[in-house]
Amino acid sequence: MAKAKVKRASTVIDMTAMCDVAFLLLTFFVLTATARQPETLEVDTPASTVKEKLVGDNIGMITVGNEGKIFFGLKDPAIRRETLKNISAKYKVNFSEEEYEQFAASEDFGVPIRTLRQLLSLPKDQRKVEVQPGIPVDSTENESNELYHWVQQARLATVKINRDRENEQRDFVNPGPMQVAIKADAEEKYAVMNLIIETLRNQKQNKFSFITGLRAE
Amino acid sequence: MAELNQDSGGGKKGGKVRSKKNGGRVDLTAMVDLAFLLITFFMLTTSLNTPQAMDVAMPDKNKDLNEQQPDIDIADNRSITLLLGSDNKLVWYYGQLAKPITAPTVTDYSAEGLRKLLIEKKAQVPKVAGGKDLIVVIRPSDRSVQRNLVDVLDEMKIVDVKRFTISKIKAEEIAVLESNGVYNN
Repeated sequence: MAKAKVKRASTVIDMTAMCDVAFLLLTFFVLTATARQPETLEVDTPASTVKEKLVGDNIGMITVGNEGKIFFGLKDPAIRRETLKNISAKYKVNFSEEEYEQFAASEDFGVPIRTLRQLLSLPKDQRKVEVQPGIPVDSTENESNELYHWVQQARLATVKINRDRENEQRDFVNPGPMQVAIKADAEEKYAVMNLIIETLRNQKQNKFSFITGLRAE
Repeated sequence: MAELNQDSGGGKKGGKVRSKKNGGRVDLTAMVDLAFLLITFFMLTTSLNTPQAMDVAMPDKNKDLNEQQPDIDIADNRSITLLLGSDNKLVWYYGQLAKPITAPTVTDYSAEGLRKLLIEKKAQVPKVAGGKDLIVVIRPSDRSVQRNLVDVLDEMKIVDVKRFTISKIKAEEIAVLESNGVYNN
């Protein structure tokens, strides 16, 4: 006599599709994560428990590290170009169209204005931290305090560019004045920090942010 | 797809000829687990990549009176002053330096040091100052480092001190740091 067969449902699920999706996502995240450009001057920021993030493109970033080397960077390429135009007029240094292009494409820099052209003539991968001595800063408001003028001209450029955009594009929302962020190495001496803070205060930029790392607490 | 033909091995056993099995499926569970773990990792790290910003507001600088600016008078029993020295140490005093209520004392930036002090003073000050809250004056010396300043500002946020200010250190306060041995290069 034939036995009654009990049909068993298979417990094995085909994971192939799931595996495909997982790896597709994985590839995506790996690629987007590594696409970030490495900074010229690498600093190890101090940790804090603040949760506020630095958002938007409206940021001027002052990086301090390597025993007081100061770098300056702007996020928005259009504002970079406008800033250089202002600085060029201020310090009477002329830049070629190509140099403007180069400057608009570079994340940050740390050279005195007199040697900026030299820096821009180098290919991107040679603009290492070793060839950049940092932007000169002191306690005055004269031309010798180049950081003062970079920040000031960047602020003016931000206002101008944003106003132009507001006039051209109907749906453009003006993000307001430039935010200043200071990204300093944890071991950086306060003497240098004080010069930077006073430079900002001298132009009534009394608000700024310190960039910090995350501290688990 | 994703199937491997495996030799069932063994060959002849007990004279019987085993029929070849139609290969088992490769178990993908572990692989999928790993993939999702990595996805989670990369997702979190990319979103955490945006830097954190600690906002700082400095008082407006009056350039005409620069240097001769008179100190703003604040009640002695409301203010503690933190002098940031070298070697990750700080000196604090309560009241005025000339006639302090608590004489300058060395402490550090740990939870037992600075935070304990701030919590204690935050509770104590309103009782002695008629309900007015604590004022903290932060004076970083040239030999303190950025980490110290960020640590102090962070403590202000943790302890929730509403009134604090960063100001310039005076010569006599540097002397205090020196005499306490926390003004080294």
